[in-house]
Amino acid sequence: MSWVCRLYRSSLGAKYVMASTGVLLLGFLIAHLLGNLQMFAGADAVNSYAESLRALGPLLWVARIGLLVIAGVHIVTALRLAKANEAARPVAYVKQASRQVKPQTKTMVLSGLVILGYVVYHLAHFTWGFVLHDYSTLVDTEGRHDVYSMVVYGFQCWWVSASYLVALALLALHLCHGITSAFQTFGLNHAKYATAIKLTGPAIATLLFLGYASIPVACWLGIVQILEGT
Amino acid sequence: MSAQQSGHQGHSTMKVTLHVWRQKDARDPGRMVGYPNVECSPDMSFLEMLDVLNERLMEKGEEPIAFDSDCREGICGACSLTVNGIPHGPRKGTTVCQLHMRSFEDGAELFIEPWRAKAFPVLRDLVVDRSAFDRIIEAGGFVSVRAGGCPDGNAIPVPKEEADQAMDAAACIGCGACVAACPNAAAMLFVGAKISHLRHLPQGQAEQKRRAQAMVDQMDSEGFGNCSNYLECEAVCPKEISVKVIAEMNRDYLSASLTREEQKNDGGGAG
Ligand code: HEM
Ligand code: FES
Repeated sequence: MSWVCRLYRSSLGAKYVMASTGVLLLGFLIAHLLGNLQMFAGADAVNSYAESLRALGPLLWVARIGLLVIAGVHIVTALRLAKANEAARPVAYVKQASRQVKPQTKTMVLSGLVILGYVVYHLAHFTWGFVLHDYSTLVDTEGRHDVYSMVVYGFQCWWVSASYLVALALLALHLCHGITSAFQTFGLNHAKYATAIKLTGPAIATLLFLGYASIPVACWLGIVQILEGT
Repeated sequence: MSAQQSGHQGHSTMKVTLHVWRQKDARDPGRMVGYPNVECSPDMSFLEMLDVLNERLMEKGEEPIAFDSDCREGICGACSLTVNGIPHGPRKGTTVCQLHMRSFEDGAELFIEPWRAKAFPVLRDLVVDRSAFDRIIEAGGFVSVRAGGCPDGNAIPVPKEEADQAMDAAACIGCGACVAACPNAAAMLFVGAKISHLRHLPQGQAEQKRRAQAMVDQMDSEGFGNCSNYLECEAVCPKEISVKVIAEMNRDYLSASLTREEQKNDGGGAG
């Protein structure tokens, strides 16, 4: 057995995999948010950004497949760990109690699976155009795919916005624990930085939540809206 | 403590209702059995209260409740009872042998269960087999040097901070409360403590990487769970060992896996 397999099969190795893939996914979330925030810069900015992403052609596919593999490994490893953890305590305590188990930690599998479900729906809506199909075929005055209007019309639909916010909240919960936990997994624990590390998870999770949520909220408030002539 | 004590001055007695896990042997599925109104003194330790109950059971010709104990001073790690879902009971930093009945209200209802983990099979009632821990120590929790005679004090300089960290980790009495408390029944705090206490000392550093690999691999093969960073182990540890030792183990195992050449005589067995 090569050392890579041996590492992956070990309890700690699986955690390094969870933490590395988790941090890579977090990197994607940050990049995706920066792209999305261009909604505030207007239709032209978003549509030309979308156009330039599509123009990457094969590179875009490399990025997509890379993300898919990273997410797949994160999920498969998560389920493997969950199964092993359940098997490690075959007989449950009659009286259950705990001193500091936190709900966001207990619900990592649940929040993860909801995120997964939401991502599939999200792609069906904005990438594949299966949901609210009419808006996904809009074209702007320069003949580009009108992503800007698709998003604004999408968020005008209450259940699109509501499900978006719920999924975001669960993502934030996942990251509250996940990011802080990843430090410990990689062995980064020192009294000098303990408070900072403890706060990093909740801080990044909150920033991501506010950043992503700002877009539907701006759509409702009319800060981001469809302008005449687009 | 005085506030808690004031309720039960002098030679007063108190009563508790117990629900105790009874299991004849490893194959018996086991069940909770109720023992209402067990009379005891608030000054008794938890184990003395069980001794009293056992005497009463034996007088009636019933099987006494089997439980582990040895020093009853909080230093050996033999006692291992889960009281109301918390290993070693409600007092922080206290083994159950050092827990006094005055920590409970008169008339309290107490659920007493063994450590529950696949790697710690119940042998009888509240006694579990913790030899998995011994096998983890055998795999690497040692220093392979000829110790010779007693060396002069300070012959090998050790910085104070390092010595302190080694001593903090060495406080682990190997009771297994960390496993019992962990929602995943993981043994990370125990193994981390054993790795940490040797890695901070010069004598332990030569085998730092081999040790981390051998002990973690043995831990995995014993069927303990994985770490989800619940931090429950740290909260129940009677010696209040910090999860920092787990981070150190994570660091050692990672660097060992990435940089260490595998050797033929690896994998189990004391050197
Ligand atoms: C964008 C999406 C996601 C991000 C950024 C993310 C990030 C993370 C991070 C940083 C960790 C911490 C790893 C550690 O404890 O060291 C983690 C853990 C975890 N993730 Fe995710 N995750 C995502 C999606 C998912 C999905 C779809 C699942 C589906 C099952 C999932 C399940 C889990 C579980 C169960 C854990 C805890 C593993 C354990 O500690 O035992 N995650 N995630
Ligand atoms: S009996 Fe020795 S620590 Fe409790």
